[in-house]
Formats: sequence, C-alpha cells, structure tokens
Amino acid sequence: MIPEIGQIALILALGIAVIQAFFPLAGAQLGIRSWVNVARPAANLQLLFMLIAFGSLMYAFIDFDFSVKYVATNSNSKLPTIYRISAVWGGHEGSLLLWATILAVWSFAVSLFSRSIPDVMVARVLGVLGLVSIGFLAFTLLTSNPFERIPMQADGHDLNPLLQDFGLAVHPPMLYMGYVGLVVPFAFAIAAMLGGRLDAAWARWSRPWTNIAWLFLTIGISLGSWWAYYELGWGGWWFWDPVENASFMPWLVATALMHSLAVTEKRGAFKAWTVLLAIFAFSLSLLGTFLVRSGVLTSVHAFASDPTRGVFILGFLALVIGGSLALFAARGKSIRSYVSFDLLSRESALLLNNVLLVVVTFMVLLGTIYPIIHNAFGWGNLSVGKPYFDLFFVILTVPLAIGLGAGQLLRWKRDTVTNLFSKVRTALIISVVAGVAATALLMPNFTFSAALGIGLGVWIVCTTGKAIREQLKARSFTSIPRGFWGMAFAHIGVAFFAVGITLTSVYSIEKDIRLAPGESYELGGFNFAFDKINTISGPNYSGNRGTITITRDEFETVLHPEKRTYFSSSMPMTEAGIDAGFTRDLFVALGEPLGDGAWAVRLYHKPFIRWIWLGTIIMALGGFLAATDKRYLRMASRARRQRRQAAVTVGATA
Amino acid sequence: MNRMLYQLPLALLLLIFTLPLFAGIETYTFETPEQERIYHKLTEELRCLVCQNQNIAGSNAELAQDLRKKAYEQVKQGKSEDEVVKWMVDRYGDFVLYRPPVKATTLFLWVGPLLFLLIAFVVLWRIGRTRRNQSSETDPVDEQSLEQARHMLEKKES
Amino acid sequence: MKSMRYILPLLLFTALLALLLKGLGQDPKEVPSPLVGKLAPAFTAPQLHVPEKQFSASDMNGKVWILNVWASWCFSCRAEHELVTRMAREHGIVVVGLNYKDEPADAKAWLQQFGNPYVTSVMDPEGDIGIEYGVYGVPESFIIDKAGVIRRKVIGPINDSPDEKPQNSVDELLAFLSKLEAES
Repeated sequence: MIPEIGQIALILALGIAVIQAFFPLAGAQLGIRSWVNVARPAANLQLLFMLIAFGSLMYAFIDFDFSVKYVATNSNSKLPTIYRISAVWGGHEGSLLLWATILAVWSFAVSLFSRSIPDVMVARVLGVLGLVSIGFLAFTLLTSNPFERIPMQADGHDLNPLLQDFGLAVHPPMLYMGYVGLVVPFAFAIAAMLGGRLDAAWARWSRPWTNIAWLFLTIGISLGSWWAYYELGWGGWWFWDPVENASFMPWLVATALMHSLAVTEKRGAFKAWTVLLAIFAFSLSLLGTFLVRSGVLTSVHAFASDPTRGVFILGFLALVIGGSLALFAARGKSIRSYVSFDLLSRESALLLNNVLLVVVTFMVLLGTIYPIIHNAFGWGNLSVGKPYFDLFFVILTVPLAIGLGAGQLLRWKRDTVTNLFSKVRTALIISVVAGVAATALLMPNFTFSAALGIGLGVWIVCTTGKAIREQLKARSFTSIPRGFWGMAFAHIGVAFFAVGITLTSVYSIEKDIRLAPGESYELGGFNFAFDKINTISGPNYSGNRGTITITRDEFETVLHPEKRTYFSSSMPMTEAGIDAGFTRDLFVALGEPLGDGAWAVRLYHKPFIRWIWLGTIIMALGGFLAATDKRYLRMASRARRQRRQAAVTVGATA
Repeated sequence: MNRMLYQLPLALLLLIFTLPLFAGIETYTFETPEQERIYHKLTEELRCLVCQNQNIAGSNAELAQDLRKKAYEQVKQGKSEDEVVKWMVDRYGDFVLYRPPVKATTLFLWVGPLLFLLIAFVVLWRIGRTRRNQSSETDPVDEQSLEQARHMLEKKES
Repeated sequence: MKSMRYILPLLLFTALLALLLKGLGQDPKEVPSPLVGKLAPAFTAPQLHVPEKQFSASDMNGKVWILNVWASWCFSCRAEHELVTRMAREHGIVVVGLNYKDEPADAKAWLQQFGNPYVTSVMDPEGDIGIEYGVYGVPESFIIDKAGVIRRKVIGPINDSPDEKPQNSVDELLAFLSKLEAES
C-alpha cells in the first residue's frame, strides 16, 4: 500500500512540475499576473509530494518490503536499520529519487528566500526549475521506477557491503545538494536571459545560491574522497575515476562562476561569460549524471548500465543544455557588457582565474571522454588515468595558485606593476624562503615539488594576510564584510589543500609485509607490532580483527584493522585501522592469511594527508561566510519591510 | 574475479552498484629500493583489465594478482620500467596503460590542454587590450544606482 | 565573425552530443588485442588427457585452427560449448582447447558431461599461456591461420543469437574461417 502511495505521489509531482513550468513561464512572458502567481504554491506542493514519495520508499526499506524490487535488490533482513535508510539512495533508482527530491528542496528554498526579488523573475526561475524537474521525474517514472513491484521475496539480496558505511549515508546527499544546487544559478541565468535583463541585481541574487551549492559540492566531494581513503584500503584519496571527474568538473566551473559573479555584481563586467559559466556548471552536473548512469565509460562506481537510460538522459541533455545554449546564442550579443579595465587589474586577475579553471575543466573533460573519442574513431579502447590528470593538473594549477595570491591584492579597474610588487614583495620572499627551508629542514629529503607545494601554500597565506591588513587599514575589524572573510577563508583552505596534496604524494611510504603475531616492523620511524588476531562476528558478517600497537618514543596507539566476510556475498572486505594525526596518518590494512598465523599486512605512513580535507573544510567555511554576507540578508529584510509597508498602505486606503 | 567476468550481466541484476574489490596485498621482497619503487610505480600505472577502472595495485582480481606477479618477476630480474611496460603492452595493448603513449591517435589528448591554455591566453590578451582602449563611459555600478534600479523594477512589476 | 562567438558553445556542445551518442553503442570494457595480425605466441604444454604428451602451437602449422580458452568453472563457457561442438563436428573446424586455471579432474568431468569437441586440450593451470595471449576473461577464442598468424580474437562467448554481439556469431566466424581456409 505504502509503495503505491509513493508511486502516486511521484506521478502527481510530475503533474505539478508541468504546471510549475508552464504557467509561470508563460505568465511571465505574456504578462498574466495570475499565472505568475502559480509559481510559489506549485514549488511548495512539488516538495510535499516528493517528500511523500521519498518517505514511502524509506518506509518500504524500514518495513522490509521485499515485494518492492528496488528494496529487495538493495537490502536484506539482516541489514542494520541505519544502512536500510541509506540504502534508499544506494542504487540507481533511489539515488535518482534523491536527485529529484533535492531539486524540489532547492525549488522550495528559492520560493521561500526570494521575497526581495520581483515576482516575475521568481516565476521564471521556478518555471525553469519546473522544466528540469519534469525531465528528472519523467526519467525516474519511465525508465527507473523505484516502486516497481515483484512477487514477495523471502529475503532481499543485499546492499553492497562497501556501501554499508557512514560515508555512504552522508556522501550522496551532500554531493547531490551541490550537484542539484547548481540548477539555481542556472535557472537565474536562463530567467534573466528570458527577461532580457542581466544586471548587477541578477548577479547579486545568484551569488548566495551559487555559494551554497558550491559549499555543498565541496563537502560532498571531500566526503567521497575521505570515504574512498579509509574504506578502499589502497591508501589513495583521488583516482581521477570518471565518477570523481563528473563531480569535480562542475565544482571547477562553479568556482569560476563564483569569481565571475563577483565581477559582474561589482563592476557589471563579464555578463555574457557569467551566464555561460552558469549554464556550463549545471550542464556538467547533468553530463556527470549521463556518464555515470549510461555505461559509456567504465568507472569504479558506475551504476548498472542501461543504454535506454543513456538515450533518455542524452535526449534530456540535448533539450536542456542545447536549449539554453541556443538561448545564449540568440541573446548573447545583447548582454555584452562594455566595461573598461586595465590588463593589470582585479578584473583581469579574476578573468585569468576563470580562464585557468575552465582550461582545467576542459582538460578533465578531455581526459575523461577521450576513451570514447578514441573508440569512436575506430582506434579501440584506451585508458586515461591518474598519471595524465596529475601531470596536467599540476601544470595548470600552479599558475592559478600564484595568480590567486597576487589577484586578491590588485585594485579594481587599474593597477601598476610597482604597486603590486610593493605589496607582494614580502610575501614572495617569505614563501620562497619558507618553501625551501621547510622542505630542507623538516622533510625526510629535499624535493623540488615539496618546496614548490609548501612555497605556494605560504604564498597564499601571506598574500591573504596582506589583503586582510589592507582591509583593516581602510575600516574597523567588525565592519569588514563577511564576503571578504569568505574569500580569505576559502583561499587559506586552498593553501592547506595544496600543502596536503604535495606532501602526502611526495613523502608517503607504504610497505606490504608478512607479519605473524609477536612480530613487528618499522616504518617512517614508527614501530608497528602485530599483537594478535581474533575472530569477530557482526550483525551480517563475520571476520578477523587484528590488534596492532604502534609506538614511537612516548607515542603509542592501538589499531584494529578488520577483514570481513558478509554473509550475502563472497567478497571479503577490509576495514583499515587508521590513526589520524595533524601531521601524518598511520594506516594498517589486513590482507590474506599466509599460514602459520601470519598475515599479509599493508602499512602506510602518510604525512599531512589530513590537510587535504582540512583545506576543503576551511574552503567550505569560506563559502558559508560568503553566502551569509549581511548584504544578502539586508536585501531580504528590506524587501520584507517594504512589503509590510505596502500592506499597511493598502490597509489604510481600504 | 576473472572467473566472474562473463557472468557480469547476471551479477548486475543482483548488484546495482558495482564497486571495487580491495587492494591485494603481497609480501614481495626486493633487492634494492629502486626495484621496489619501479614495482610500485608499475602497479599504480597499469590497469586491471577485468576491473571497473582500477589499477593492478588496487585490485585483488585474479588477473591483477597475475599481472603483479609478472611485474614483480621481471623487476626482480633487473628489467627496467620501460621493458616491463612494453611486455604488458605487447600482450594487452595500450589499454593496459593509465599513461597513454604519445602517438598519432592520442596527440589531441596530450596537446589539447596546452592548446586550450594557449587559446585562452590569446583571448585574454586581446580582451585586455580592447578593454583598455575603450573609453570608460560606463562607471562601476555603485550601490545607489543599483538600489534605484531595483526600486524601479519592483514598482513596475507590482 | 563577432556573432559567431555566441553560437560557438552550441556548436561544441552538438559535437559532444554526437560523440556521446556514438559512445552509447560502444563497449568501454572490450580490450582490443595487439596480437591480431601477429604470429601466435609459441608455447609447449602438457595435454589434459595425456599429460605426458606435450602440445606445441607449432604442431598446427599449415592449418587454420581455433584456440578456445575454456574452464570448467566458467559459466559462459557452457553457453558457447554447444556452438563450439557444432563447429567442430558439423563443419570440421579444428579447435584446440586451452584449459585455463582449472583442475584436471574437474576439466575432464566437464568434457565428459558436455562433450569434447577439441582435437586436444592443453593445460594452463597458472594462466601463463593465457597471459602470453593477452587473455583477460574466459571464454576467449583466437582464430589462427595457416601461417600461424592470429587473425581474429573473439572476446566473450560465441553466440547464434541476433541479439548478441554480431562479431561473435557462429555464422560470421564460420564464414571467416572458410575465407582463411581458401588462402594458400
């Protein structure tokens, strides 16, 4: 019964999406007030029905309803409740439902927090969101219905053991919030083009939404990488897998978009470019959906491939992206901005940032789809992997980091080389000296890449510090806008991230070793002693659990790596034992038993790996600060006040 | 895992998500640190052909184990990295390499990013020059005019 | 030219779309074999039924033959076995089996049960010969001509259904074999 309610709710949501798309868009274009007013209630109803649908599927999982195909495929009676909840988005159909639900959440948020924006604009935005919603709901209902019934099964199959983890519970919702969130600046851009009015106000409305979507995307991606790191047992945190790239490309473009929006708002420049970036950001998140779900690429975590789904998404891509780019082609000329700035100016620096980020995106896209290109030309399959991406990523992001530091000290419109140089001189000297000295004195051996990484980190921190001082010269601490702090934090996050990546990739050491209880091995100055191994049994698995004591001088810690066999599948799973630290991680994974009580054990010493995620957390914090800048809140409260005043006036005259 | 390869369609009915197997762990010993380095680099950059996009270091599939063993044996015999790579390519083709070789069919892959960069800089340079030459008639949008615009907008629409 | 610049994204996207559409029809997992067109790697190995006797790839010089990689644990081998048998019995195709990573007892029992179309089966318990031939899954088949050159690699089971991979269909392979047979 409950699944049928979910099914009906989903169909109704599709109906409402049609209404949400048609009436507001048509109303805005034709100037029919009552049609325009449909937008907000439609968005609210849409969310209501999506929540009913989503809740129904969740209920089916909690209720062990194995007559629902999706439930029977992705859970079983022994699966702990928490994983039965996260199993809702553990497979293709459910994750699509999550996508559509989150889209409804964003639409609702727009209808709620857009009081300061003219109704016609809001109607257009919600209309575009409705169009996207139609596509995803139709896709779900026609090709990937999560509520499909089958004869009642005695028990379900299982959720992939790898997914039975906290990481899965939080990673997809966060990631999707980011992915889908990019639809909002996209909708704003389309709405603005439809209305023919791309002004600073439009950029100002888009900015907080872009920041928040970016913030979720940042958190989502880093959760995924953290999860891969502790769960997969190969000590890596990024593999440049198509799925990873599919999330990284929208992130890169969203980052460019945030910067470009700043210029459009402050200086009225780059309008056409900003619109294009808004379209690209969301297009790449749709493209990611296609790459992951259509089976055109082999990926570590691709969904079951199905060509009919692929054709459907491709058609959808053609409509949404093709439609918006066609609109851009038609309107592009009229939204050109003529604002002058010098070759050396804040504008140029931000343009450089944009260009480099877009080139990185192109590189990632090229590497990701090159196997398809290669095959399409009849040259057979090809692999493009980490060595390729790593190489170009470094080549392209080093100038980005240097420009980042200098750019935040440049003046708008026009600046001079002498002026810039006088500002960065100290930072330049400190970063070169610190990079070389820290590598030579603190690291096991001197390498150029480590010096470069540390140097760049220091450079970013110093220039950001300088920018803060410049702000303090002009105004009091409390009157520095939050937007500025957002920028400062995000940039410092980049510094931590850069240092973390460099040091962990240069100085990580790993050893695969045979250890019997009582034996020990020394790695990176730490003594790893294999004390014992026990058998363990969990709710739906059994396995072995090792006890390894790690000591160095005063320091001592005990790790418990596990090897599990889940009852539902024959694949053994490893649970690594990790001691996380500010300057290094110690990582132990169990391999196979080698007889005589000995085990194959993998040991890792990973310096500064936490700085990678620390950096992303600081970046996300920056995004939060920027999104909650008083200006946006002021904008909202002023609108509220005006509305109230208007109501009073109306009341008085009546 | 290799045994399961052609049973995949069946397996897929059961497993919607296909996720990786775990890192295989062997306790190989090497004569020199250089050999160990080469071995690790090889296993990181060679693809496990039967897996869903994993290197042979990161997979415990049977074929990955076999290829690791072959790589190890050759490294231990003193073969260079290039020689082992050639050995692999002779049998499995370029597909086995995560670092595609530079040749006619991969030229665009390797030159593309630099080409984009070049084009981007040319465009950037030209924009910078034309923008400077324009007279600065349009002033930066200040708070006040923005506010006015917004006001007018709202009046018009309500 | 100036107005072109706003259409450019649309054009690039259209090209990408066409590419992705083409990509949908491709199999991203199939590994093209570099051995096609090259001499079949030489090997000498004990035969399954008479382990004391060795088989060499060079024994087949002057003949068109198929090296069919199979194993008793391989599920899809069972599916193609009937077709391999038909090719051998009805069309007189010479098929040598490469018994890949198998237990001899299991392998013999399997042939007992499903029939033995092979001229002989060669044992490859560790998969070493398999690696020489670039085998990455079972079943696979190599079609080798009179000069000992690998002319085609069949990846996955041979089929006789129009819904499956056309390049693996029995009719297609028989036609190809008779073409090779006609070569001098």
